[in-house]
Amino acid sequence: MRSLAYLFLCCVLVLVLGACTTLSTLRGTGDLGVVIERADGAVTLVNTSAKAPYARVDGLGDLSHASVVFSRDARYAFVFGRDGGLSKIDLLESRLVKRVMQSGNAIGGSISQDGRIVVAQNYVPGGIKAFDAETLELLSEVPAEYAPGKFSKVVGLADTSGNRFAYALFDAGEIWVSDFSDPKHPTTKKFPAGKNPYDGLITPDGRYYLAGLFGEDGIAKLDLWQTEKGSSKILENYGRGEEKLPVFKMPHLRGWSLAAGRAWLPAIGRHEVLVADARTWNEVARVQVKGQPVFVMASPDGRQVWVNFAHPDNGWVQVIDTLSGQVIKTLQPGKAVLHMEFTPRGEAVWISARDDNRVVIYDTRSFEQIGGFDVKAPSGIFFTTRAARIGF
Amino acid sequence: MKARLYLLLIAMCCAGNSSAETFVPVSPSEMTRLVRQDCGSCHGMKLTGGLGSPLTADALKGKPAEALTATILYGRPGTTMPAWKSLLTVAQAQWITARLLEGFPEEVR
Repeated sequence: MRSLAYLFLCCVLVLVLGACTTLSTLRGTGDLGVVIERADGAVTLVNTSAKAPYARVDGLGDLSHASVVFSRDARYAFVFGRDGGLSKIDLLESRLVKRVMQSGNAIGGSISQDGRIVVAQNYVPGGIKAFDAETLELLSEVPAEYAPGKFSKVVGLADTSGNRFAYALFDAGEIWVSDFSDPKHPTTKKFPAGKNPYDGLITPDGRYYLAGLFGEDGIAKLDLWQTEKGSSKILENYGRGEEKLPVFKMPHLRGWSLAAGRAWLPAIGRHEVLVADARTWNEVARVQVKGQPVFVMASPDGRQVWVNFAHPDNGWVQVIDTLSGQVIKTLQPGKAVLHMEFTPRGEAVWISARDDNRVVIYDTRSFEQIGGFDVKAPSGIFFTTRAARIGF
Repeated sequence: MKARLYLLLIAMCCAGNSSAETFVPVSPSEMTRLVRQDCGSCHGMKLTGGLGSPLTADALKGKPAEALTATILYGRPGTTMPAWKSLLTVAQAQWITARLLEGFPEEVR
C-alpha cells in the first residue's frame, strides 16, 4: 500500500516538473519585436516567425510619439514615450520591469555602443539624459542650452562608436556630439547644422551623421571619424527656391536610408525622394513619388526602398528598386500608414495602418499580403535586430 | 450640441469644397480624429506639445479665436506650422478653434 502511495507521489512530481519545464522553455529573442499602440499606452509583443502577437504590456503612458531601442542581449525593450516616460520591458517574461518619468516631453532615445547607457532626447526640458541600462538610474544630463537661458528641442539622437551620441538642436541649428565614455561626466562638441534640423541619422558604419533641415533646402553632414574637419552641407538648394508644399508631417530619418551605395532621403515639402552618392554625397537622382515621404527605408540587403507618406497620402506605400531607381510597386496597405519594419533578413515587411487598427505583413518579393492581425491604433514597429545595429 | 453640429454641417456645405484632395473630414468624429492624430503628430495626441506648441485649453487661454483660425488655415511662415487651407474649410478651422479653446474632445473609438 505504502509503495503504491510512493508511486503516486512520484507520478505527481513528474507531472509537476514536466509542467515547469514547459513553462520555462528556453528561447531566443531574435525573432521578437514590439508594436506601439499609440492611443492606449500599451505595446503588443510580436513574433516574426509566427507572424503573430504573443503578449501585451500596458501602463506605459502617452505613446503618441514613441520609439524603442533594445538592450544588447535583445531581451529588453526600452520604450520612450511622449510624456517623458522611459519603460523597460522584458520580452521573455512579457512584463514591465521598470518605468521612470525622465522629462516633461520626450521624442525618443538611443543606447550606447557597450549597451550600458540608455540616452533619452527631450523637447522639454530641451536636452539629453543618460541612464544606467540595468537600473534606469540617472547618470548625467546635457541640457541643450545654446544661449544663456535658452534651451533647444533635441532631435535625431543616434549612437556611435566610443559611447558617443550625436544629435541635433532644432532651435539652435546645431549638431552636438556628446561623449559618455565617462558616463557621469560627458563632454560635448558643437557644430553648425543649418536652419531647423528636424531629425538625424548615422550611417550604418557609424561614420557620418546627417541632419535633415526643415528651415532650408539641404542636409547637414558631419564625419564622426574626423570631427576636427567640421560639418558641411549636402544636397543644398534641392528645392531650387520653389515654394514648398505645406508639410503636414515631419519626415523621419534613420540609418536604413543607405542602399546600393546611395543615400535615399525624403525631400521636405516635395513629392520626391532625393538620392545621393554615399561616397561623394553629390545628388545623383530624384525619384518622383506619391506624396511627401515620411519614412524612406531600405530593406536589409538594400535591394528595395519602401516609402510611406504624410497626410493626406498616408494610405499609400511605394517600393523603389534601388538598381533602376524606379518605383516598381504602389500598395494600399490600409488607412493611415505610420511605420514599416523589415524582418531581420528582409523577406517580409510589417506595416502599421493606424486607422484600420491593423498590422499587415507583405512578402517583399511577391508583394502579396502574407499575414496580419488586429491591434488598436498601431504606430511604430520595432524588431530586436535593431539591438545589434549602430544608430538604432 | 446637436444644433451646433447642424450649424457646422450647414456652414461646411456653404463654404463649399475648398480642396481637390482625397480626404476631407466631414463628421465631428472625423474632425476629432484629424486633430488628435494628424495635428497630434507635431502637437502630441494629448495636445500637450511636441515640435509644435501645446494646444490645451490652458495653453491657449486668452488667445483670440480669429488668430487661431488664421494660424490653422494659413500656417505660420518661418515655423513648422503648415497652412491647412488645402485640406480644411474656413468653417472646419473655426470648429477646431472653438473646440480647442474649450478643451478638445477625446476621440471616440
